[in-house]
Amino acid sequence: MALRIGCAAAPGKARDNKTGSWRVFKPEVDMEKCILCGTCILACPETAVSEVDGTITFDLDYCKGCGVCAAECPREAIAMIQEEK
Amino acid sequence: MMQIMEGSHAIAEAARLCRPEVVSAYPITPQTHIVERLADFVADGDLNAEYICVESELSALSVCLGSSAAGSRVYSATSSQGLMLMAEVVFNVAGMRQPIVMSIANRALGAPLSIWNDQQDSISLRDAGWFQVYGEDVQEMTDLHFIAYRAAEQHNVLLPGFVCFDGFILSHTYEPVDIPSQEEIDAYLPPYVPYNKLDAKAPLSMGMYATPDYYHEFRYELDEAMTRSADVISAAGKEFAEMFGRDYSGHIENYRMDDADVAFIAMGSLCGTVKDAIDEMRADGIKAGLVKIRTYRPFPAKEIAQALAGVPKVAVLEKNISLGSAMKGAVGPEVKDAVTGTGIDVYSYVVGLGGRDIRKKDIRAIAALAEKGVGNTFYGLRTEVL
Repeated sequence: MALRIGCAAAPGKARDNKTGSWRVFKPEVDMEKCILCGTCILACPETAVSEVDGTITFDLDYCKGCGVCAAECPREAIAMIQEEK
Repeated sequence: MMQIMEGSHAIAEAARLCRPEVVSAYPITPQTHIVERLADFVADGDLNAEYICVESELSALSVCLGSSAAGSRVYSATSSQGLMLMAEVVFNVAGMRQPIVMSIANRALGAPLSIWNDQQDSISLRDAGWFQVYGEDVQEMTDLHFIAYRAAEQHNVLLPGFVCFDGFILSHTYEPVDIPSQEEIDAYLPPYVPYNKLDAKAPLSMGMYATPDYYHEFRYELDEAMTRSADVISAAGKEFAEMFGRDYSGHIENYRMDDADVAFIAMGSLCGTVKDAIDEMRADGIKAGLVKIRTYRPFPAKEIAQALAGVPKVAVLEKNISLGSAMKGAVGPEVKDAVTGTGIDVYSYVVGLGGRDIRKKDIRAIAALAEKGVGNTFYGLRTEVL
């Protein structure tokens, strides 16, 4: 995205502002432990967690790395891993 | 037309001729006569503008920012504590790239309270992203308003600007001043064409937040615009010279700098005193000269380096104090930086704070100090009260 003079912005959606760069810790799921209960999908404040064909996936364009999914997971199937950028 | 006029009233005339659509200001000594006169113009139908009364300077510049964002040419004026109260908005105006022109009647900052002149107020906001020009006399400070609007509104600049002049010394002095006609200024300064503006039919937000992914680059672009503004201000000064015969195309002015052994650097009304002192010193065989800084932001480092080439000693007269800095004044280090590696000795002298008079004999004494290599100090301290 090229900068607009004066940081002007047209109206839009939160989807326009990718927040993935805020992240320090990235969620990783262990599908051996996961029971597909969907708690992480409901808990994610960015709606960045979804289930695709029986696998939990994270949209890293928007995941801020807050770790709510890992904290709420009843099976402790999600680990937060520090990223190198 | 040439007339005898108080400095503040000449500035009010200049502001009127620029056809601002919104004026918002809060009265403060020594700026008051400017905004009183503008209020008269609006009340009498001599200026077709919204004059928006507010309860503080913070509100005044906020009103100006919103009005500018809505696409209006905007004018304000302030001084000292008023500018400090505006400070948050001062930075926002620059970041949102709104080309507001504001007159600064330079005055000392409290505490202790002082209504008298020095240049601490505008110099304290040198990093805010507004270009800054300083007038030496009533004519120059009047003319700089036309040039400031003309340069600020160019779409390759889009920066706000301070037009600075010494409070009381210039704001309250009557001098002969040539006030252009409305037709002449209309020919010089076309109506403002906003680059972006608030419009309910095409909604837009300005100054939206920037994450660490973008903020750094926004600041870079602001600095690039400031750098570009140097040539645009110079071109606006040249066009002004072609139309009105008074040339402000240079960011600095040299006075008797040929073969100078000691050069003064000064801004504003002090330059007149320095020129008189130089004439007397030259008559006595002391080869002194002056480099007057008209454009302080963007800083004309290249021009200053050229002007000072071959001058062994440079004395920067500072109507400000950068508390705790090695050179004491804020201007000196930038002058020194401009001549790095040349072997030229640059010294700062803090003079005339809070309205203390600076006399010709003080200028001569400072030249002697510079010759001896004594500087980066307060000059003229009344040691008996310390």
